[in-house]
Amino acid sequence: MMNDSLWIIPALPLAGFLLNGLLGRKLGPVFVSLLGPGVVGAAFVLSIMAFNRMLQAPGLTISQTLFTWIQSGNLNVPVTLLVDRLSGLYLLIITGIGFVIHLFAVGYMRGEAGFWRFFAYLNLFIFFMLILVMASSLLLLFVGWEGVGLCSYLLIGYYFEKDSAAAAAKKAFVVNRIGDFGFIVASLMLFWLFGTLEMAGINQQASVVLGAGSLMVTTVTLLLFVGAAGKSAQIPLYVWLPDAMEGPTPVSALIHAATMVTAGLYLLARMSHLFVLSPATLAVVAAVGAATALFSATIALAQNDIKRVLAYSTCSQLGYMFLAMGVGAFGAGVFHVMTHAFFKALLFLAAGSVITALHHEQDMRKMGGLAKKMPITGFTFLIGALAISGFPLIFSGFFSKDEILWQAFSSPAGSTLLWLVGLITAVLTAFYMFRAVGMAFFGASRLEHPEHVHESPWVMTLPLMILAFLSVTGGWLGIPHSLGGGLGITNRMEHYFEGFFAQVPAGAGHGDTGTELGLMALTTVLALGAMALGYRMFTVNRERALAWDQTDPMVWKVLRNKYYVDELYNLVVWRPLHWVSDKVLWKTVDVKGIDGTVNGAARAARGMGWVLRLAQNGMIEIYAVSMVAGAVLVVGYLVFLTE
Amino acid sequence: MTFQITQTDLQTILPELILFGMGMLVLVVELFRRPGASTLPQALVALLGISASGYGAYLQLGLDLKGFSGEVIADDYAAVFKMVFAATAFLTVLISTRYLADRKMDFGEYYALLLFAVGGMMVMASALDLLMVFVGLEILSISSYILCGMLRHDVKSNESAMKYFLLGAFATGFLLYGMAMIYGATGTIHIREIGMALTNPDTFANPLVWFGMALLLVGFGFKLSIVPFHMWTPDVYEGAPTAVTAFLSAGPKAAGFAALIRLLVEALGAMRGEWSQVLWVLAALTMTLGNVVAIQQNNIKRMLAYSSIAHAGYILAALVVSTSEGLGAVVFYTLAYTLMNMGIFAVLILASGPDKERVTFDDFKGFGYVSPAVGLATLVFVLSLIGIPLTGGFVGKFQIFKAVVEQGYIWLAVIGVVNSVVSVYYYLRILVVFYMTPPQGEPAPKPVFHPGLAAAILVSAVGVLYLGILPSAWLELSSRSVSVLLAGF
Repeated sequence: MMNDSLWIIPALPLAGFLLNGLLGRKLGPVFVSLLGPGVVGAAFVLSIMAFNRMLQAPGLTISQTLFTWIQSGNLNVPVTLLVDRLSGLYLLIITGIGFVIHLFAVGYMRGEAGFWRFFAYLNLFIFFMLILVMASSLLLLFVGWEGVGLCSYLLIGYYFEKDSAAAAAKKAFVVNRIGDFGFIVASLMLFWLFGTLEMAGINQQASVVLGAGSLMVTTVTLLLFVGAAGKSAQIPLYVWLPDAMEGPTPVSALIHAATMVTAGLYLLARMSHLFVLSPATLAVVAAVGAATALFSATIALAQNDIKRVLAYSTCSQLGYMFLAMGVGAFGAGVFHVMTHAFFKALLFLAAGSVITALHHEQDMRKMGGLAKKMPITGFTFLIGALAISGFPLIFSGFFSKDEILWQAFSSPAGSTLLWLVGLITAVLTAFYMFRAVGMAFFGASRLEHPEHVHESPWVMTLPLMILAFLSVTGGWLGIPHSLGGGLGITNRMEHYFEGFFAQVPAGAGHGDTGTELGLMALTTVLALGAMALGYRMFTVNRERALAWDQTDPMVWKVLRNKYYVDELYNLVVWRPLHWVSDKVLWKTVDVKGIDGTVNGAARAARGMGWVLRLAQNGMIEIYAVSMVAGAVLVVGYLVFLTE
Repeated sequence: MTFQITQTDLQTILPELILFGMGMLVLVVELFRRPGASTLPQALVALLGISASGYGAYLQLGLDLKGFSGEVIADDYAAVFKMVFAATAFLTVLISTRYLADRKMDFGEYYALLLFAVGGMMVMASALDLLMVFVGLEILSISSYILCGMLRHDVKSNESAMKYFLLGAFATGFLLYGMAMIYGATGTIHIREIGMALTNPDTFANPLVWFGMALLLVGFGFKLSIVPFHMWTPDVYEGAPTAVTAFLSAGPKAAGFAALIRLLVEALGAMRGEWSQVLWVLAALTMTLGNVVAIQQNNIKRMLAYSSIAHAGYILAALVVSTSEGLGAVVFYTLAYTLMNMGIFAVLILASGPDKERVTFDDFKGFGYVSPAVGLATLVFVLSLIGIPLTGGFVGKFQIFKAVVEQGYIWLAVIGVVNSVVSVYYYLRILVVFYMTPPQGEPAPKPVFHPGLAAAILVSAVGVLYLGILPSAWLELSSRSVSVLLAGF
């Protein structure tokens, strides 16, 4: 595969979108279910080839320029597709996992009226996601950024007959646009400072143009982080992600767990040379990441909807990744992006398999004992849970999570507090995941019609098995030296990213191999304990636990209602905005207008009398007075104040 | 002194002449229309005139001709704006024919007035002295007042025309006083000579000039619906016939900006430091008020009125810097805004029938599924109004804010971007009712196909996407056109 055919990778899903969208309804579900996954599978094959070429290319980078998008004055934005070590890895995740999830969706969405529409959107999503990671310029990245957002809203609102789905889609759009504010202002400022929007150029010039620790670099990076926090659901902009679970489950797996929500992390990793110049921003990133990780993990403890547990878990894991990047461990963050994509996609799909089998029942209190009915689903869900909980030495989550915890502890930008928050989160994660495993798959069945429950067809279980395999083995790419060094096993992930990311300024980092192993053992023991506890409480002693749940203790109530953050936002942001719009600006500053002026009296009148009445009823005068007042201010300023 | 009209004179105002001539022809054709017969012939004559005029403007590209003793000019700047005006007028005719028939206001005079209005707009773009600016503006305004009141039996339409007329006359007063004072201080009404005169420190220090400039800003502020001179806008836009509202929210504003920019840059360039401060404040106010109040509207026409106020605010932000990037962005944005705005109005008109007009959000529940193609086009227009990439609205806004930041006005850009975030809140309502609200009660009927409306929607949607995906050609032309103005700087 030559460099000049890189464009085919995003073009395939785009073609899939067009064909499914234009012809899908006429040609029927068989056509759609071949074409939809087919184009993504083909893109996956081409991505592997591109990846291999990249590994052999000088500078470990290949690129292709298609055409000039914007050329105006000093602004030149070419459409250049770029595959380097970072985008190459993302490429494999997006197309690989994307293909598996498309396959699953063929089974999951079978019989839906909007089958073709669903796959058209899903293909379009893959296209924009590929543009996002392959873009060489911030502006082209923004095209992908907004594109994936748009597909995400369309898919969240897929079941638009439900009011909650429409509301969730709207919320996602609005909250994401708040994040976009940061992205756009940062891009404008970067262009002003650097005279280019090419990310490679900005990274290269970053330390020359901007002084380390300067106010400017802190401002710009913080603004970029606002954008990242919107997309990747961090405090205070995380509120849209849990609601996004209104979308079909394959969408939750693909967009709201494996790919799109990691775009914010991609942005940070991509601009790492800029971010390391501001220790203040990194500290904010780490703090927000750690806070989100802990905060969402506590909410996940009290949720009974299986998808909501996974949604808060996603926020929490994304927080982990930001924590990693905030302490300068960009490689560790990306490693966790990858392993998380495997096991979280797996967990969502397995949950989807359950939801289909139970005819759209998502409440875990009404499940139980499902592992016997659905052995493959149950087994793969268990693997996913083991992976995310960090079951030692085998499962992927163990390696990537441990790497982050160790960096949080030992990096010059890290601290014991950050490590401790990470540790608590890890323990909580193990607990709520095994609570879910116990409630849904083991213990006594609480199903209403257990005899109707069957394992899903192969088109759904095959993806589960593939992802389960990856959830186990994916972590072996990053076995730490402290474990593998003695056996001659290298940390391939670390080697892969060698010299790619910027380093935080060297400082008083601390810790040696002994400490590392000690902390690892501590985390592992606590996590194992939490797993056992969660499992036991919600299988053997489930009735007691649920009875306690029924009593609705205060803490539980707060957690189940997500700390009332939605209510708070409503009270602090939306209601005041409407109030200002309605009462202050519209009805006081601006007059309500026609509604108040046209009445029966005016309707009967004709000619000049009517005109006079209009002029006398006040509106015209108020408008004229406002003009005069404005004129006085403008004249006053220009004539008297500028001299 | 003999008065002679030369060929150059005529060549300079060729597009205007065509429009005025064809406007007369429409009236002649109207004479032969039997009562109750369609006005399609008149519409076709109008389309022909507009096309010819637009082509005439196209031929003026690259010229630098002055006519009538230097009162009017044919340069790239004027030519580009005239092309945009022709596009606006063309789309207006396309969306008008069925609307007029449905609303029983099928008079040929409508098209004649439209052509005169656009002729006035073109005069404003090519005017090189204050008097010509005024003449153009009044031709435009008087035609617009009548167009607003075309629905003779509709109280709202009457009220719209009357309010527009009364307040417009009031604003004209400000404008005339401003012009008179500037003439008094500089002794000339020629735009470039005023610019020369102001290089003299004594003239520059004359308070009369400053007074005049302030009054000019107020007068234009009214025509452009700049806060706090905007109050007439929602009432007039809501009451006017929808096709006229579409025209008003795009055409006259573009013409106002065309004339204002030439005045500010070529005549009042010496006072740039001062007027840019005033415009800064007005831009911030206009963007903010327009966007925030739009949230509360339930009538889409009224919502779009506030939206058009907000968009005027964005454009005004570019005037604050008035660099070639900034003014180029204005020209670019003018076309992008015209297309997306005309497009969305075309959708409103298409959905309306002889039975009733559909202009509230509730009228459009589930409309995206009733008519997928129209829904898709609406999606394009709304995304462009929000400023999502791959639409003209995004490129235009990005260019504006880039120019603003480049001159160090970071806070103005921040206010602009915050505002465009706020705007999502109300634009999104259109998509939500189109796609995510199942029809309750009686669903909106499938719109009846109409070639004019279909063409308008298609052209606008394709245009918006073209400006978003391949913007370079129009960007290049935009920045070339304003370089003529800035050459003297």
